[in-house]
Amino acid sequence: MSTVSPTPAIDIDREKGNFSYPENYAYDAGVGLNEKVVNYITDVKGEDDWIRNFRLKALRVFNNKPLPTNWATKDLETIDFDKIRYYLAAGQKPKRTWDEVPDDIKETFERLGIPENERKFLAGVEAQFDSEAAYSNIKEAVGKQGVIFTGSTDGLMEHPEIFRKWFGKVIPTGDNKYSALNSAVFSGGSFIYIPPGVKVSHPLQAYFRINAENFGQFERTLIIADEGSEVTYMEGCTAPKFNTATLHCAVVELVALKGAKIEYITVQNWSSNVFNLVTKRAIAEEDATVKWIDCNIGSRLTMKYPGVVLKGRRARGEVLSIALANDGQHQDTGAKMIHAADDTTSNIISKSISVGQGRSTYRGMVHIPKHLKGCKNNTECDALLINSSSRTDTYPAITVRGNDNSVQHEASVSKVSEEQIFYMQQRGLTEAEAMSLSVNGFVNDLTRQFPMEYSVELKRLIDLEMEGSVG
Amino acid sequence: MNISDRPPAPGNPANSESDMPSTEPLSKTKRDEVIQDPITAAFERHLTRMAGLPDWWKEMKQKAMIDYLALPMPTRKAEQWRFANLRGLAIETYEFNPALQDEHRDRARQSNLMVAHRAGGMVFVDDELLDHEPVSPDLAKKGVIWEPIESALRNHPEIIKDYFMTQEPHLGSEKFAALHSAFVSAGCLLYVPKGVEIDLPFMASHWSAGQNSAVFPHTLVIAEENARVTLVDAFESLDRQGKHLACGFNHLFTGEGARIDYQVVQNWSQNTWGFQINSMIAGRDATVHSLAINLGASHYRSENQSLLNGEGSRVEMYSLSVTDKDQQIDQRTLQSHLAPHASSDLLYKNALMDDSRTVFSGLIKVAEDAQKTDAYQSNRNLLVSPTAEANSLPGLEIQANDVRCTHGSTTGQIDESELFYLLSRGIRPNLARELLVFGFFEEVILKVENNELASSIRNLIQTKFREDMAARKQV
Repeated sequence: MSTVSPTPAIDIDREKGNFSYPENYAYDAGVGLNEKVVNYITDVKGEDDWIRNFRLKALRVFNNKPLPTNWATKDLETIDFDKIRYYLAAGQKPKRTWDEVPDDIKETFERLGIPENERKFLAGVEAQFDSEAAYSNIKEAVGKQGVIFTGSTDGLMEHPEIFRKWFGKVIPTGDNKYSALNSAVFSGGSFIYIPPGVKVSHPLQAYFRINAENFGQFERTLIIADEGSEVTYMEGCTAPKFNTATLHCAVVELVALKGAKIEYITVQNWSSNVFNLVTKRAIAEEDATVKWIDCNIGSRLTMKYPGVVLKGRRARGEVLSIALANDGQHQDTGAKMIHAADDTTSNIISKSISVGQGRSTYRGMVHIPKHLKGCKNNTECDALLINSSSRTDTYPAITVRGNDNSVQHEASVSKVSEEQIFYMQQRGLTEAEAMSLSVNGFVNDLTRQFPMEYSVELKRLIDLEMEGSVG
Repeated sequence: MNISDRPPAPGNPANSESDMPSTEPLSKTKRDEVIQDPITAAFERHLTRMAGLPDWWKEMKQKAMIDYLALPMPTRKAEQWRFANLRGLAIETYEFNPALQDEHRDRARQSNLMVAHRAGGMVFVDDELLDHEPVSPDLAKKGVIWEPIESALRNHPEIIKDYFMTQEPHLGSEKFAALHSAFVSAGCLLYVPKGVEIDLPFMASHWSAGQNSAVFPHTLVIAEENARVTLVDAFESLDRQGKHLACGFNHLFTGEGARIDYQVVQNWSQNTWGFQINSMIAGRDATVHSLAINLGASHYRSENQSLLNGEGSRVEMYSLSVTDKDQQIDQRTLQSHLAPHASSDLLYKNALMDDSRTVFSGLIKVAEDAQKTDAYQSNRNLLVSPTAEANSLPGLEIQANDVRCTHGSTTGQIDESELFYLLSRGIRPNLARELLVFGFFEEVILKVENNELASSIRNLIQTKFREDMAARKQV
């Protein structure tokens, strides 16, 4: 039982993911971070020298960068990088069928419903267990279209002509301290390439599972959608509850070439001992669209600001984000929109709910430089505060120059309307039901944009999180 | 392209570890040889000039000077100075003890104050008192005090001791507060006792005049329980091209049920570095209304902070800035809600021409027990020129749940459909544009209740706007 989540509301919510199997790893880089660990990872994976050098350089950048606590929460200081295990894997090659996956890992993903979902509605699945993917498969029909769906190391080694060109280009190693850490010890994640004109009709999914204590997961994802292609990618994540802090530090780079469309959906439901420090950014070329749908329900501290660099004319970027912060949680999320071409448009909608002592923060950046014209941004952030000790902050930064560019930003903070609750109670609902209905109503216009399966799941999660929050 | 390696955020400037030492390029190297430091030398001369003033006042100044030297010059790495631009500010190059010429006095005398019907007036030129128009005997009998700071030091030391510079700056200007305290000599004290209501406004006018002169205007207004008063500050320069430094502070205190209306018209010369820090405290059921018009200065930093200390208090903060050429106006605001049932409203409008640049950074802070707070914050930027730049950082920090807090920020051009409407009615394009821009200004100007002042402001703004438009046509 974690010390930071005393309320029963969280216990109920996390039950589904709160289990772990005994550790049994063939590969273990030990505790702490140094060049030996980085070399171990590279050796085990059999990587080329340029990847080794990339990792070692990133380690130096990481060591030289100060913690960003001049603007971010001091809670970051509690992460002890010397006590974390950076690489744990049972095997190197992901299995193509669930039958080949070791029993305890297979059972883990079955309890989380992954194989079932795969049969029902997914075009491809990768399931990562600690550092490496245990299972990776793509429907035959999709594979035949030339779609590549593979792990990070395989991507760099087997398709260097596609992935090396963009690897680390959207998010440079030195972007921030945590992207540097990821660059040094990355393992797992998905490398995806969609050939020109291919529209992948069903979503691809990755599922990230942390099983071990004191562990850091550092997956790296790179999605390249070639001209005119379309893809939807979904990721989910859970971890059991441990007493000690667990670190999840991902880097996600998206490249949408001319006219391509990428939709990236995250439902983050880490247990409340996980520090979730993720860097996500996309490049959108001419007429391309990138849409981040980001839903943060779990973790102790999440810091995540998905961004889009709008590089080509008429490119469009969107961030739709929902955050739910319960006791002991700080959801520090937001969005960045860097306009770098004429007639680019961006839209940010952020909704946060703070329950109990939970704290939610929105940070945003919108940048429109002076040589551009016809750029538009719309930002809306709404915060709902449930209890008197809940907290919310909003810190946007908007820079606009140029001709015929316009931005609008709106934010509001409110509580659940007493009249609404009264009305529903008078119709026979309990206060908790009414509260939950009201909160779901608050996020409804966003959840409607999620794929069906996710919006149902989200509604259920919010119901559970809201339980016991009234009174 | 500017992809910052950090997301936007506020933070504690004290923690930006890496940039502390590099912050004071000049004063640091010279601190060892204190006598050579031009600011310390100027301060010694200032103290000699102030020889006749009370010892406690001089001690306060000496302490402020030590603080000034010890405090680092802010850098953009500090969140409160994000997007700010202090490049080119060389405080030591200004004349801190300007010798006033008769010609300056005469020219200042010839100018009329913006409001003719007033309860009292004061005029300063380069911090020298030129004119003091006292209150009517009737108001004097009721206990109203309207005095220059320096005479108030002798006549009402207890008020100055209790109130002078007692509202700490929350928005980053500690160093400038210390500079102001060290060199302040000009300014007014307006004290309105319990229950006294004054309809006519008070007016203080500050001119900068001499070559390179530095001025430190101060305004202190105290309205006791249920008192009501209005004060207008005007900041101008005799020479539109003159080079000056202005570092002014203004503190407003309202007692229970009191109301202060404060208006400031800033029209310093085009070569002025200006800092104007306004603070107000609203007591129980009190109302503070503040309004700023910013037209002048090449670089201007305005900080405006309100502490809503009393239950049921209300604060209004309005501002209109019209910038041209390469003017830079940096505005920081704080609405700090510390008591329940209080409300605040903020509207900052900027109209940007040429290559000018504005920063608006506002924060609504609601403390845990400030339930039923109703706070609003709005920043509207109108880009009249394609090369102007508007930065907007509207922030919220909310720790109470039963509140209504909203903010909005928009940046854009003249609305095409509005323009089309006017054109379709046969109005020429230039006039139509002008009307729409003036309409943008009106929302703030209409909040000035004094008609005389409102029309003075309207004239000043329209003159500036038309001059700029005319200049552009010639190019």
